[in-house]
Amino acid sequence: MTSTNEAPAGAAGEGPVEKVLAGTGTFLDDRLHAAKSTRTLLKKVFPDHWTFLLGEIALYSFIILLLTGTFLTLFFKPSMTSLVYHGTYSRLDGVRMSEAYASTLNISFDVRGGLLMRQIHHWAADLFMAAIMAHMIRIFFTGAYRKPRELNWLIGITLFTLGMLEGLFGYSLPDDLLSGAGLRILEGVILGIPIVGTYISFFLFGGQFPGMDIIPRLYIIHVLLIPGLLLALITAHLFLMFHQKHTQMPGKGRTDKNVVGQPLYPYFMAKTGAFFFFVFGVLALLSALAQINPVWLYGPYNPVAMSAGSQPDFYMGMLEGALRIFPNWSWNLWGHTFAWNVLIPALVPLGLLFTGAALWPFLERWITGDQREHHVNDRPRNAATRTAIGIAVITWYGIMWLEGANDVIADHFQISLYTTTEIARYAVVIGPVIAYILTKRICLGLQRKDAATLLHGYETGIIQMRPNGEYVELHAPVPEEERAVLEARTTAPLPLEAGSDDDSGVPDPALRGPVGKLRLALNRVVTESVPLPVGNGHGTNGHGNGHGGNGHGSSVAGEPERAAVTSGEDGKTLLGRDSPEDPGEH
Amino acid sequence: MSSTEGYTGDFPPGGGPDGGEAEASRAPHRVIGTPPPAEQRTLLGTSESDAPPAPPRELPADPDDLAGASRAEKIVAALFILAMLAGFGFIAAYIGLPLGASLDSVLRSNLALGISMGVAFMAMGVGAVIWVRRLMPDVELTEARKPLASPPEDREAFAETFREGAETSQFVKRPILRRSLIAATVPLLLAPLVLLRDLGPLPGTKLRHTVWRKGLRLVISDTGRPIRPADFGSPGGMITVIPEGYQTNDNALVKATAIIIKFEPGELKYPTNLKWTVDNIVAYSKICTHVGCPVALYEQTTHHILCPCHQSTFDATKGATVLFGPANRPLPQLPMGVDSEGYLVALSDFKVPVGPSFWERG
Ligand code: HEM
Ligand code: FES
Repeated sequence: MTSTNEAPAGAAGEGPVEKVLAGTGTFLDDRLHAAKSTRTLLKKVFPDHWTFLLGEIALYSFIILLLTGTFLTLFFKPSMTSLVYHGTYSRLDGVRMSEAYASTLNISFDVRGGLLMRQIHHWAADLFMAAIMAHMIRIFFTGAYRKPRELNWLIGITLFTLGMLEGLFGYSLPDDLLSGAGLRILEGVILGIPIVGTYISFFLFGGQFPGMDIIPRLYIIHVLLIPGLLLALITAHLFLMFHQKHTQMPGKGRTDKNVVGQPLYPYFMAKTGAFFFFVFGVLALLSALAQINPVWLYGPYNPVAMSAGSQPDFYMGMLEGALRIFPNWSWNLWGHTFAWNVLIPALVPLGLLFTGAALWPFLERWITGDQREHHVNDRPRNAATRTAIGIAVITWYGIMWLEGANDVIADHFQISLYTTTEIARYAVVIGPVIAYILTKRICLGLQRKDAATLLHGYETGIIQMRPNGEYVELHAPVPEEERAVLEARTTAPLPLEAGSDDDSGVPDPALRGPVGKLRLALNRVVTESVPLPVGNGHGTNGHGNGHGGNGHGSSVAGEPERAAVTSGEDGKTLLGRDSPEDPGEH
Repeated sequence: MSSTEGYTGDFPPGGGPDGGEAEASRAPHRVIGTPPPAEQRTLLGTSESDAPPAPPRELPADPDDLAGASRAEKIVAALFILAMLAGFGFIAAYIGLPLGASLDSVLRSNLALGISMGVAFMAMGVGAVIWVRRLMPDVELTEARKPLASPPEDREAFAETFREGAETSQFVKRPILRRSLIAATVPLLLAPLVLLRDLGPLPGTKLRHTVWRKGLRLVISDTGRPIRPADFGSPGGMITVIPEGYQTNDNALVKATAIIIKFEPGELKYPTNLKWTVDNIVAYSKICTHVGCPVALYEQTTHHILCPCHQSTFDATKGATVLFGPANRPLPQLPMGVDSEGYLVALSDFKVPVGPSFWERG
């Protein structure tokens, strides 16, 4: 589009390609006035890091879900009308089943490529959820959700929630034995909701379970409603990412005021295009080689039967585990049933997870009082408390998730089913605490190591004898690139007790009341860190691509003490306070 | 940067937002949709005195290692040709491997289609990555980031515009207008909810009852055969039974499905209701009282009934009371007797609601 405007003057090697390009470019620009903005777009710089690919995997899986899903809609019949099967798959000949199940058999056995599309669709759904989870974990541990990216964090959580629902509903469509049992469990959970539960269930299923309505209803939600929402939210997500520019990992010359990387055109476009092909290729190969959801083996839904050892898709495993772990508490009061044994495990863990995740950026901002924009990611070790919380949550989730497959585990390790559940009941409480403590220690240990490296340089492993007979290990100076990474911490938030919430140095009255005390206490925990050696204060980071000499200062520096606060302060003033924060706030 | 200049130059004569005259005099006449002649660009780019010189190029034209690049070019081309072949292979597999009546033919077709498709995409992907890495010169650019917050003037101006608009609209000043508008929206928000009412019937007491009634025979779920106590040789496994005549009624079966188990004399104990058993045969609901899975597993040695979903375990000898797991209530026992022909029949419906807890259950 921009070729007309950008072609170096006179360099008119007017080949036919150039002519066509110039023609189209002119045609469009005459109508859209887009040359300048498009050029800016093409030149947009994208930082690179392998973890930045996780979100792309999710995006491409979603696109593949749209493509394969549309193919499936051409053949799938979302109907619960009962019929007797006389199709290609002879083992189910004469079996009563729903039209939905029969059409799924038809897709698998009579439509060429149908089984492939079904399997790609299912694998892509799993990959989509796995990639979203990994992406969220990356965002969390690197602090990429911090100001100004809280909105995208919230959109991400919504995407995750919608993805779970979308997967659950899609998985229910084929109306096989497993998915029918899944719906039955859904109904059981809904019935447990106080006051409105039975009504919701009757409205959802169009009467008593299973009824005739649920598959067509889930179908339209699955192919239109949720994909529409997902598409809109993903668009907003990407737009915000574009507008705010991607975060970058700490490194030489990377600051909160720049983006270092390669331009969208042609580099990022080519890389991301390649990546789309990778994702599609991997999914196609998986679907060729690894069977997923062979519904013909499960048979059609049958309210009378249930097969043992059945597992939901992995992203539902945590719910399943929570339902298994939770004790069988239930009250009968005033003629009503409070089914805690269903309600709590079904609603509380996921509710806590999503609400906690949604509130965390704001909570952290309140605790640290850090109002600055952050564009350079944290190294997880440098935010020891956050990392410890993250690992604790993952442990908590992981234990419930494993318990969701406790029958498989019990079988595999030859322990009693009940023992696995008993262990999980304790582990789900104690595990996160241990994980928190351990992670925090490890992070602080790594910080200490970094500080030592900055101070003394790298250990080379070469031992040298001094003239006086003393042995010393030679230390190599830290290369500038690495130094920049190790020093990235100069932008970490300050402990509040150092003075106040703002620059004035006057203690903030808001910190005195009980809430203020709580905030100070939390603040001490969250900002706990091993100080950087003094002398690094004028962080290479803060000044951008900086001062080569700076490095020498640090190696002769004295005790790595609380004095490091100064270094933090330095970084803070440098990076944060000059951005207009308060003005215009109304 | 200089694209603004380039841009105005491209306006068709007289088409500029303003100063069309000046443009027209500079730019030769040109039909919309055709590229401007080369001289025009030359004019715009360099010789015009007020136009800055063309910016220096920001991206190098070629990578440093040209020899390596041409090797890479061959590899990439080979990969792209592989992708093409695999793509044709996909079409060939589609046409050449029809789906027969056997599962094998389906799996063979799936394998061929999937692998050819996968190889095609992977080859494209790998090729493109090598292309970027080896053929495009390595660059690292730095782009400045501006603070996201607007300057205070802009915020103030926005606030002013907003205030002005609110004032001009009279929305703030005229409470009657404002309140009546809000009042008008209330029913409009409720209406869609009301519209959902016909999604399903009201629950009523439907969850309290099943189709079992006095005299209804228990039949084996697979075969539909009625059962005589004498058909049981010795105590043994668990048999799934359903009410006669409801074999194809899923809505009924979801609640009414039951299991029968025969015991040695004396094995059945309190709180099993022995009056509802026949010849040491007891019938329980098969619907788990946790969230409603069919309790499908039975361990003969321990007499444990196990729900495969969340492993609630019920003691079949003691009125199916809960031994372990998340279920809170025993599996309801079906009052059972025999009819005049000696077949097992229900004496009534279950005395308590079967299946998962619900609010009105009490
Ligand atoms: C994030 C998005 C999506 C997820 C997570 C998802 C997930 C699933 C899953 C797990 C299944 C069961 C597949 C099986 O093993 O049979 C399924 C089935 C299905 N999906 Fe999706 N899906 C998504 C988007 C879509 C879209 C956009 C469409 C259509 C436009 C679609 C159409 C279908 C159809 C027709 C089926 C039933 C076909 C069958 O199972 O044979 N899906 N979906
Ligand atoms: S449904 Fe039986 S244990 Fe949950």
